[in-house]
Amino acid sequence: MLKITDLHASINGKEILKGINLVVKPGEVHAIMGPNGSGKSTLSAVLTGHPAYEVTRGSVEFYGKDLLALSPEDRSHEGLFLSFQYPVEIPGVSMVNFMRTAVNEQRKYRGLEPLSATDFLKLMREKRAIVELDNKLASRSVNEGFSGGEKKRNEIFQMAMLEPRLSILDETDSGLDIDALRIVAGGVNKLKSEKNATIVITHYQRLLDYIAPDFVHVLYKGRIVKSGGPELALELEERGYDWIKKELGEI
Amino acid sequence: MKQDNPNEILNDVTANEYKYGFVTDIETDIIPKGLSEDIIRHISQKKGEPEWLLEFRLKAYAYWKTLEMPHWAHLTIPEIDYQAISYYAAPKTKQAPKSLEEVDPELRKTFDKLGISLEEQMKLSGIAVDAVMDSVSVRTTFKEKLAELGVIFCSFSEAVKDYPDLVKRYLGSVVSYRDNFFAALNSAVFSDGSFVYIPKGVRCPMELSTYFRINAANTGQFERTLIVADDDSYVSYLEGCTAPMRDENQLHAAIVEIVVHDRAEVKYSTVQNWYPGDKEGKGGIYNFVTKRGMCKGDHSKLSWTQVETGSAITWKYPSCVLAGDHSVGEFYSVAVTNNYQQADTGTKMIHIGKNTRSTIVSKGISAGRSQNSYRGLVKVLPGAENARNFTQCDSLLLSSDCGAHTFPYMDIQNDTAIVEHEATTSKINEDQIFYCNQRGIPTEDAVGLIVNGYAKEVMNKLPMEFAVEAQKLLQISLEGSVG
Repeated sequence: MLKITDLHASINGKEILKGINLVVKPGEVHAIMGPNGSGKSTLSAVLTGHPAYEVTRGSVEFYGKDLLALSPEDRSHEGLFLSFQYPVEIPGVSMVNFMRTAVNEQRKYRGLEPLSATDFLKLMREKRAIVELDNKLASRSVNEGFSGGEKKRNEIFQMAMLEPRLSILDETDSGLDIDALRIVAGGVNKLKSEKNATIVITHYQRLLDYIAPDFVHVLYKGRIVKSGGPELALELEERGYDWIKKELGEI
Repeated sequence: MKQDNPNEILNDVTANEYKYGFVTDIETDIIPKGLSEDIIRHISQKKGEPEWLLEFRLKAYAYWKTLEMPHWAHLTIPEIDYQAISYYAAPKTKQAPKSLEEVDPELRKTFDKLGISLEEQMKLSGIAVDAVMDSVSVRTTFKEKLAELGVIFCSFSEAVKDYPDLVKRYLGSVVSYRDNFFAALNSAVFSDGSFVYIPKGVRCPMELSTYFRINAANTGQFERTLIVADDDSYVSYLEGCTAPMRDENQLHAAIVEIVVHDRAEVKYSTVQNWYPGDKEGKGGIYNFVTKRGMCKGDHSKLSWTQVETGSAITWKYPSCVLAGDHSVGEFYSVAVTNNYQQADTGTKMIHIGKNTRSTIVSKGISAGRSQNSYRGLVKVLPGAENARNFTQCDSLLLSSDCGAHTFPYMDIQNDTAIVEHEATTSKINEDQIFYCNQRGIPTEDAVGLIVNGYAKEVMNKLPMEFAVEAQKLLQISLEGSVG
């Protein structure tokens, strides 16, 4: 579904991604790990079309379409979802209003009628249960006054509402206590199917105990320098990144 | 590929179009341009006015001649040639229409286009409408039903004929013709407007609404609204306005006077959408309006809510004079400026009575190259024991070329007063827009959501029928504006 070829990207003229290659197929879970500043969050920002980044080379294909030619909202409509590392607050905009706009924009793109208020509220009720958010959610402003854990649960709730084909979870585990981590990971697992795929960006093995990856990639200095199975994550947890730097002849 | 920078994306979103910019092709009775005693006599005569009103006009005119246009506001106003304006224009009809069928079909079409189908209003919505086109009131709906309760809702000219005592008693009692330059001008040449009287103990069962429309070219609109709420009464009043797109600037200088007696309450809501001029700042309405209410009675309450999106230049300060003990004044405002629009708006809360309370919530939104100022005065007089005021004024900037300014004045002469002031300025957050984009919401709608969220506190104060309209308006007036 996703094919990234030789992707280069920079911000303010500084090159961060220096030739990323990655193929993701339906049903797969890919973990992307790497030390701070290696370009993990940049990769998610570039894939979703954040305007601050400039792609200087390479291509990204998403279900046969040129992903980089699409606007951020159309990437979303095509089924690309990002669970933000730092979800922003939008004061005064209720979750129900926000999500209803989002869901109906997606339906419009796909040539469907907007959902009726009743159907929408029913859908919202159903989906918020997945991440154990209560009924106050609907009337609360987007992420405003949410605890760290609630924000991440709210991200997964939105993922459930939009039913993406490819989800990128950007450090979804950061700032979560163990209970919240379990709820969030449980939500992600419930949404997993043969048809969709997930890219998990994380520093730690901890999240991968809950969301089992099929592939683990190490991102370092803007390139994927090593790929392997789940055992690679365990090895990183144990040995850190230095041995990889050694392999690259840097140390 | 090149990823557009946010400014470009935001600027590229569809051009800001004003959808009320059409002109109605209707025969208009228009008097020659210029202002003189003769013109004023002419207007008065055309309207068949009594002698006392003509005298009022002439006194106002004489006073106006001694004045100079004030320049203290944070506005750049081109020289206005008051002799180049026609002070009276009226759609030509033989006589005041008795029923809807008699209203000129062109006129009805105009109001239909504006989404104010007089017919529909009659049948469905339970809102009584007074429609003012150019200088005269075209039609007031629901008059009979209101009359059963003793509520008077009619055009100003009718009120002069049918209720001269009431008009004489209250006209100029809150806004004297000596108040300011534009108040004097309006008092001299005002052509029509709305009159409302709610008798003692009556809660007006429906929203009363006036719709103002400037149609004719080279004319000014000078209407007057007078609302009197007698003891223990209640009324909610709505005002809406639009004008065609024209290259020249047109002057709108209105007066709104409100008198609130013991324990009465008046809610006055405005959605102002006069033509703002084009993207280069050409054309548009100069909206120089004096609005003031007198909370005369004890425990009386006056609440102003305004959503200001239109006009090339807006200059107005809906105010409350809190004379009665325990009286309450409120001001909730959203003022949006885009392109080259300028607004200098706010309120005055004058605390005179004991235990008077006032609340001011102002939300300014500036985009393009516009300038948006909040100017407010909180004055507590020596006798106003235990006066309370809370002021919050927030500014939201949508571009780097616009300006937001806050001029809060306080004059506290009684030390039992408690006055609070909070102010914030923020720039629209690109991360918020991207967050919306990522969820599939296009930038234009994202800005609409964010801005409406920001203005929610004020929007919530509008009557339901107006709120939806106002939300859409906020979004439309900001289309293509962020950068």
